[in-house]
Amino acid sequence: MNIAFAILFYAATLILVGGIAYRVYEYARTPAPLKIPTTPAPTTTGGVAFRMFREVVFFESLFKSNLWIWALGWLFHVGLALVLLRHLRYFTEPVNFIIAFIQPFGMYAGFAMAAGLAGLWARRFLVERIRYISTPSDHLMLALLLGIAGTGLLMKFVMHTDVVAVKTFFLGLMVFEINRLPVHPGLYLHLGMVVLLMIIFPVSKLLHAPGLFFSPTRNQVDNPRETRHLAPWAAKFEAKN
Amino acid sequence: MADETTPVAVAPAPTPAAAAKPAEKAKVVAPAYRDYPTIPALKIDSMVESNPYVSAATHNEALGFPGTLVDGWEQKAVAKMGELLGKYRSLRVYMDACVHCGACTDKCHYFIGTGDPKNMPVARQDLMRSVYRRYYTLPGKLFPKLVGASDMTKDVLDDWFRYYNQCSECRRCSVFCPYGIDTAEVTMAAKEIMDSVGHGHKYVNEIMGKVHKIGNNLGLPGPALENTLEGLEEDVLEETGAAVKYPLDVKGAEVLLVTPSADFFAEPHVDSLIGYGKVFHAAGISWTLSSKASEAGNFGMFIGNYEQMKKIAMRVREAALELGVKRIVVGECGHAWRVAYAFWNTLTGIGAGASDPFAIQLQKQLDPNYKQPSHICEVTWDLIQAGRLKFNKEANDHRIVTFHDSCNVARGSRMGDYAGGQFEIPRNIIKAVANHYVEMSPDTTHERTFCCGGGGGLLTDELLDLRVKGALPRMEALNRIVQHDGVNFMATICAICKAQFTKVLPYYGFKMSMVGGVHQLVSTAIVLDNEQ
Repeated sequence: MNIAFAILFYAATLILVGGIAYRVYEYARTPAPLKIPTTPAPTTTGGVAFRMFREVVFFESLFKSNLWIWALGWLFHVGLALVLLRHLRYFTEPVNFIIAFIQPFGMYAGFAMAAGLAGLWARRFLVERIRYISTPSDHLMLALLLGIAGTGLLMKFVMHTDVVAVKTFFLGLMVFEINRLPVHPGLYLHLGMVVLLMIIFPVSKLLHAPGLFFSPTRNQVDNPRETRHLAPWAAKFEAKN
Repeated sequence: MADETTPVAVAPAPTPAAAAKPAEKAKVVAPAYRDYPTIPALKIDSMVESNPYVSAATHNEALGFPGTLVDGWEQKAVAKMGELLGKYRSLRVYMDACVHCGACTDKCHYFIGTGDPKNMPVARQDLMRSVYRRYYTLPGKLFPKLVGASDMTKDVLDDWFRYYNQCSECRRCSVFCPYGIDTAEVTMAAKEIMDSVGHGHKYVNEIMGKVHKIGNNLGLPGPALENTLEGLEEDVLEETGAAVKYPLDVKGAEVLLVTPSADFFAEPHVDSLIGYGKVFHAAGISWTLSSKASEAGNFGMFIGNYEQMKKIAMRVREAALELGVKRIVVGECGHAWRVAYAFWNTLTGIGAGASDPFAIQLQKQLDPNYKQPSHICEVTWDLIQAGRLKFNKEANDHRIVTFHDSCNVARGSRMGDYAGGQFEIPRNIIKAVANHYVEMSPDTTHERTFCCGGGGGLLTDELLDLRVKGALPRMEALNRIVQHDGVNFMATICAICKAQFTKVLPYYGFKMSMVGGVHQLVSTAIVLDNEQ
């Protein structure tokens, strides 16, 4: 089991990092031939950075759009962010004081994350429009995330596992040593689902995370009259004139 | 004039029963107003009968597209999608990024008006995304059912043709999407793919043929334009006593005005053209129209075809070079202004900041003291601020005015020096020339404005049912201020909005003369030299 998980984590990490890097490379190399920011849009690069910051941190457009989805989605994402930061303690020794500081918040963030996910999932059943657009994979994605959150909370509050051993296992992996993982069904489930999530990330809608930064309607400066914007493939037409 | 002085009769909420009186016209019915802006329940397939006309071979071939659906179109369509995924970052990212959160589901005017779930922006995108997943993603190749992937079949193509021709590319959904996914980009790609396999929309492709052949969407040849403009000069002289000129093809004029060809003939469009002329006359600016560039509209954008869009826009560049003008100004037209403002510099070099010979050739001719191109509203507002225009605002006192933000101006362009100038400047002009101004609900103006229902190349009779239903959210907002404030004039700066509202207002019990241009109001109030 120790070896199986070690292999899974190495493979999943490769797929996750390599897959996202490849996607980002693809997005970056594909030109945006026309200026299409959704206006009103910032007229300076600094303004665009600020717009992007508001989108990433506060989900500004979603806030304008639908308060329910915003509240549930934001709760989930902020919860997830805190939980992820909290989990850094399994990968670092000594633990950074900021990571140590957020440990108690990260604990409850797990509940926020689960609550947000549950709410988002409920919408897929209760709201006719969202039921219509939901595919099986949309449900499975929520099930997977909720499963990860659920097993994590279970281990924290109900069926404790040997976290010191878990930490030893992951610190070992980082220097290519395979140590003993505690025998614990909750832990196996938790880690198995995390591995699955890492693997499907680069081929699923989870690509919304890197995608946002490449969205031309959000990342372009509104200055088409002031500067000439020309994609390489479009420049070729110029030769004819 | 009696039409405009009498406050418009308050329109009762049209009910299907009341509106369906003449038996033969029973097909097209305005939907009932919603008492509260509730989200409609889904009416599956309610718009599946909406069948845009397929373009004839001659119209397709004139644009370089195959005449009819080609053999092996399935593979060719999929291959074309691959090509576009490599050329447009928007499409590339938007195919991946959607999480089906549902934020956009209630934002489209066509969904609100029809209840057809495939008119929800995400569902419209998914018509293409399902094919993208099948051919261009691993999960879609392995587990198509799981991720909602589908093969490129005739049924899929039919749905594309139906529902991508129920999107006016107004970008309202893109305002509300947390990733900025713009359904217009997807619709344009779908139309480009369909054209590339010989399955185009007749209305749009036929019109583009006219631009290439004659120079404008309406197919008005030079002599007809000349006649019309002479007629306008006589009318204005008679009405005002001022010898306002409407010049055509005058070399050495300072300003080249490029305006939608509807301005030459259609009502109420022509009243704005009269207004532009009066502004230039009053300010003493020499200007000209061009028979070659007698069309500001650019339907190449609607079909997402870069080369068509460039070819159509190049007429303006050529006319500007030939006439030697110093400034290029665009008349009241929504998508034309988006193309002019956002794309002309890229397509034709009309703009500033170029470093390549192609664009510099034109940019050194144009006066750098003015924005190139400028919107006619920017010109008029600058002149008003400089005190170069005088108005008799009382001349508009019979009107209680509101302003409809046109979608392409609101969400795809700008005016002036700051973000949002496209909202302020037209309103500033209206307030400078009229005493009574009322805003519609803020949920329906500025970047949240609703499309008129006729944009994106859908302004055709076979889609009238869709157009009437798509106008619902705008008509609801209008009806509220008609009832509450007695509004009797809705100003707008788009030829398509004007034509669409003229047609659909009566379905909602309003007079069609309620809609008009901002420069129609300017024209009414402006004081010309001889009157001072």
